[in-house]
Amino acid sequence: MMLDATQAIDPEPVDLADSPLALRGLTVAYGDSPAIEAVDATFQPGQMTAIIGPNGAGKSTLLKSALGIVRPVSGRVTCWGRPLSRQRYRIAYVPQRASVDWDFPTRVLDVVLMGLYRQLGLLGRVRARHRDAAMACLSRVGMEGFATRQIGQLSGGQQQRVFLARALAQGADLYLLDEPLAGVDAATEKAIIDVLKSLKSEGRSIVAVHHDLSTVSTYFERVLLLNRHQIAEGPVLTTFTNANLHITYGGRLAATLPGAGS
Amino acid sequence: MLIDALTLQLGYNATLVAIGAGLLGAASGAVGTFLFLAKRALVSDAVSHATLPGIALAFLTMVALGGDGRALPGLLLGAALSAGVGLVCVSWLTARTRLTEDAAIGAVLSVFFGAGVVLLTVIQTLGAGRQAGLETFLLGATAGMLRADALIIALGGALVLALAFLLRRPMLMVAFDPGYATTQGVNVRRVEMAMMVLAMAITVVGLKVVGLILIVALLIIPPAAARFWTDRAGGVIALAGVIGAVSGYGGAAISATAPGLPTGPVIVLVAAGVFTLSLLAAPRRGVLAVAMRRHNVRA
Repeated sequence: MMLDATQAIDPEPVDLADSPLALRGLTVAYGDSPAIEAVDATFQPGQMTAIIGPNGAGKSTLLKSALGIVRPVSGRVTCWGRPLSRQRYRIAYVPQRASVDWDFPTRVLDVVLMGLYRQLGLLGRVRARHRDAAMACLSRVGMEGFATRQIGQLSGGQQQRVFLARALAQGADLYLLDEPLAGVDAATEKAIIDVLKSLKSEGRSIVAVHHDLSTVSTYFERVLLLNRHQIAEGPVLTTFTNANLHITYGGRLAATLPGAGS
Repeated sequence: MLIDALTLQLGYNATLVAIGAGLLGAASGAVGTFLFLAKRALVSDAVSHATLPGIALAFLTMVALGGDGRALPGLLLGAALSAGVGLVCVSWLTARTRLTEDAAIGAVLSVFFGAGVVLLTVIQTLGAGRQAGLETFLLGATAGMLRADALIIALGGALVLALAFLLRRPMLMVAFDPGYATTQGVNVRRVEMAMMVLAMAITVVGLKVVGLILIVALLIIPPAAARFWTDRAGGVIALAGVIGAVSGYGGAAISATAPGLPTGPVIVLVAAGVFTLSLLAAPRRGVLAVAMRRHNVRA
């Protein structure tokens, strides 16, 4: 019912073939307990969409199942109207920083080069043009001076920027980011948002799990509220309302939010 | 005598064995690096212990067929088959039950090893007077090794090394971040399986030289030592290969100098020597370097 309401006020419902990512009845379970249940979502092309919801709402799971990392129990994922397996190269993923071991013996440039795996293949040599491309992505996130550092020597914000640079190297059309702004300093937050905005201005689509409700309306045009089920999805202006937040967070948010509609 | 051994003066066979052990060490150091970086090195311990029932059953089968029970290719085939079953058991227990991987490793390791020991005992009581010599597979023994056996080991080591080189890029990506590797179109399950099959091949090839109990050391110690010296994955792989080669070659040569000296333990001790040296003396990550930095900060 909530879904119908938001779709009714949505000015331009998107065609499935245009949507960079559409989920239909997506259910994912770990063991017996469902992490997300029957989620339907149609993400808009060329927009920045935030996924918000309380801890354990299934935000990361939603991204992982959309990327094929976690296998759904049921449901369907399409990208630009086609199955994920055909469109994988058009989608870049920025995982949570905590998901990897930062003592891994690798340098910043090597991590960014992972984004070129599709080009390099199993045995292709890393050539000057690959290194140049990776360096260009590092400078786009302001990390060109760190290329030869071991990744363990980076601060949290720098690690996040390296992950973003790796996603940029892929040259994707859709960017899925899991809490890209969690635990980063203000300078990194600005750097990351600037890069995302420039991607958007190039017509690319961005979907980010976001934890800071106070910045949702500043950074994003659209929002998906999730708590195992999809609560609502639509433009921030009409969807990021105190009523919807109340449903999503189950009344655990005491104060009304700055920036949230009534 | 030791100098003779290290400079290949002990005769053709001992030389061949030392070179075979060196190649085996190189392959196992390189393959071990991927397991070490993926934090899954102990799976190979379950796999190596799971070879024992296969060795015993292969011996029994070959004797029953009227052949020589000690033919190495047959024993290695049996070892590979039961190691494969052990590997499947670990994967299945981890994926399909609530057991974590360490519990699955412990269960598979002890059950297969126990079954193998029982079968060995049966074999010893069966053929009176026949010395099967299967217990040398526990700790490795190169004394009296046939030329053909040494060739099998050298070729097997070289083949595994080549495969590890071929698959290094996807294996490193999976070791670093399996989720991200999936998004790049890497088939994570297959790559993980390839890693384990390579470790299994090392175990089987190394049975005669290092023995099934200690082969895990030759997979873990070289990368652990190499990690002290370099911050790049390629460097760790190469250096672990070199450390493994030096340990395999040196250990086999040393053990050739005294009759009855088990080869596996000597190889592992040589590797442990290199590890200790790395732990203490490596620049930046070594214990001494860290202590010196602390001292300088305080001063």
